[in-house]
Amino acid sequence: MKRKTIKWGFLVGLLLVLPNLAGAARISELAEEDLINQVGRFFSLSDPTLRLALLGTILLGVSCGIMGVFLVIRRLALMGDALSHAVLPGITLGFLWNMRKDPVAIFFCATAVGLLGAAVVQWLRQTTKHKEDAALGFVLASFFGVGICLLTMVQNLPGGSKSGLDKFLFGQAAAMGVRDVWLLGVVTMLTLVAVFAFFKELRITSFDPGFARAIGLPVQVFHYGLMLLLAFAIVSALQAVGVVLVTAMLVIPAAAAVLLTDRLGWMLVWAAGLGALTGVVGAFFSFVGRNLPTGPFMVLAAGLVFALALFFGPRHGILARWWAHRSRRALVRQENTLKALYHVLESEDFRRDVVTREELAQRRRETLEEINAEVKKLSRNGMVTTFRDGISFTPQGWQRACEIVRNHRLWELYLTNAAHLAPDHVHDDAEQIEHVLGEEVVRQLERRLNFAKRDPHGKLIPGLEDIRQWRGTGWNTGRRAVGYGQGER
Amino acid sequence: MRQVGSSETNPPPLEVHDLTVAYQKKPVLYGVDLIVPQGAMVGIVGPNGAGKSTLIKAVMGLLPLSSGWVKIFGRSYRESCQRVGYVPQRESVDWDFPINVMEVVLMGRYGRLRLGQRPGKRDREVAAECLDKVKMLPFAKRQIGNLSGGQQQRVFLARALAQESDLYLMDEPFLGVDAATEAAIVEILRELRRQGKTLMVVHHDLPSAREYFDHLLLLNMRLVAFGRTEEIFTPENLQTTYGGRLTILSEVVRVLSTQSENR
Repeated sequence: MKRKTIKWGFLVGLLLVLPNLAGAARISELAEEDLINQVGRFFSLSDPTLRLALLGTILLGVSCGIMGVFLVIRRLALMGDALSHAVLPGITLGFLWNMRKDPVAIFFCATAVGLLGAAVVQWLRQTTKHKEDAALGFVLASFFGVGICLLTMVQNLPGGSKSGLDKFLFGQAAAMGVRDVWLLGVVTMLTLVAVFAFFKELRITSFDPGFARAIGLPVQVFHYGLMLLLAFAIVSALQAVGVVLVTAMLVIPAAAAVLLTDRLGWMLVWAAGLGALTGVVGAFFSFVGRNLPTGPFMVLAAGLVFALALFFGPRHGILARWWAHRSRRALVRQENTLKALYHVLESEDFRRDVVTREELAQRRRETLEEINAEVKKLSRNGMVTTFRDGISFTPQGWQRACEIVRNHRLWELYLTNAAHLAPDHVHDDAEQIEHVLGEEVVRQLERRLNFAKRDPHGKLIPGLEDIRQWRGTGWNTGRRAVGYGQGER
Repeated sequence: MRQVGSSETNPPPLEVHDLTVAYQKKPVLYGVDLIVPQGAMVGIVGPNGAGKSTLIKAVMGLLPLSSGWVKIFGRSYRESCQRVGYVPQRESVDWDFPINVMEVVLMGRYGRLRLGQRPGKRDREVAAECLDKVKMLPFAKRQIGNLSGGQQQRVFLARALAQESDLYLMDEPFLGVDAATEAAIVEILRELRRQGKTLMVVHHDLPSAREYFDHLLLLNMRLVAFGRTEEIFTPENLQTTYGGRLTILSEVVRVLSTQSENR
């Protein structure tokens, strides 16, 4: 939490100190043109700068998405943040190399400094009391501070072509040259090949590094290899999305992919796809909008993608969970009505088989309208048969009602006998459990309770006999024999 | 099937000489000497913090040794890691990791595969057999996060079985499992011993340790006693093992480890 505050302090400070840097960056240097025209230009892909920028953002989306998945599943998400901030001094050093913006020189210097940052984190962890978070915080802030100082100094140097160096802070896709995109292409290919070739090793070293070492795998080599690929992905993406926000391209598409699937392979595919989509959407907005850097737009697009995954994810999505919860509650309601029907019949020793709607409403403490709606649903599901004056069980409904009553009473008995709870404490718990107990657990409970016949309140527990017995007999014959407990007595 | 404790010329499955481990300024193990005979089913028993897990991890080279050496079948661990099966503690991994049961068990085969090589048909067959042995085959496609504690433990055991090793090192395989699973695991361990395999099992419960294992290793920072269960399970040995820490030894090892860190 605290670190987050510090981070935001950073951003705000930056925006205050360097307004010209943030303001000057924009994807297209076009003169005033109306919005629709601009959108049309985007989709017709007529602008060669735009084509290059789009290709670049797609490539960086793919490589950052894939590396991001490994960061997220290894719980190293903050490492990406620290590494990306740590590369800033490297960028200026790369520029100072031959006083011009040479992507390759910048790439190697930035990677070297980034890895130095990672090594400092490792060294601080191993030699001091500090845990990873403090070490990451230190490296992130100090390297970034040095980077800003160097950058400002370089800006004030006479001579040299410094234009575009400031774009490394917040990114500008349109500033990407052919060599930048080539670099991105090479890094993305390298990432894809490495992950495909060593998928099995990367998975086992992420999941269970102890076991991986025990079977003789060089776990450290894979860790540092991954960090190297990460540094490559970050550095090659900097021109388009900027030092400050590249971490979002690493973490957000991957975090969204985690919500969408439980399979690592598909997670990588999803993250790559969402990363590419994010890149395109970010490029689109910053192309259409004016005077705004690319990085923040990509992050906004990524946030949008994450929100979509959060809401509409098939299993873990909020919508899916809400729907499952709703269906479950509806089912519980129906089953409770079935149980009430059983209770009414039981209170009269199963002498009759039709219950009026009023009796049911009274038992459930609900209005007649509510009961009518419930009965309609039950009858649609084949659980009850409705007559003009009342309701009776179908064989299916009888079976389910018996099961629920049995589950309830078995669970009460188990809680009082095995868990030694007082009999008046167990009802509410059983109300929940009765709907979810599976047959296998019921068999275990029965064995554990020595096939007890009565619950703690002295009521009979329906046995398998009772549940099955009904199915054999017709509905209108042998009414008394239907009542549970008859077969056992 | 190999003969239990066959010829004397074979090097022992595990030989440990003067093993000392100290890490994070906490004394853990001090001067352990040990020769485990082939076919033994050894229970490693001792109080909390006695260094039971540390012994196993140090044997596999997962922890740096302050002194001493370890030989597995007469060679270094690195050379014979293929012959060692490992069941780590269940808590040592993240059970929300995106992986299913079958994929975890297949990891037991990775030691036999080259870098980058995918498991083949034979590996899948072995993994399925091992899952069947622990009665988890119906769960093969299940996400590991959706398993109960006992089921997770069985998956780890199946993975070790899939390694088809000669020496098994198991770290608390009975921790947090229900009675039925415990009985099932014990049966599998006995089956392994019948096949002539050697087992070293960290165990936390003294009464059942006497019943399950034919050898006991009593540990409390140093080796208290090692040998056949009926000879070792004496009140004096247990008193020495569980009767409090050796405070002077703890202190000395702590100072030692601080020094080695400053070196």
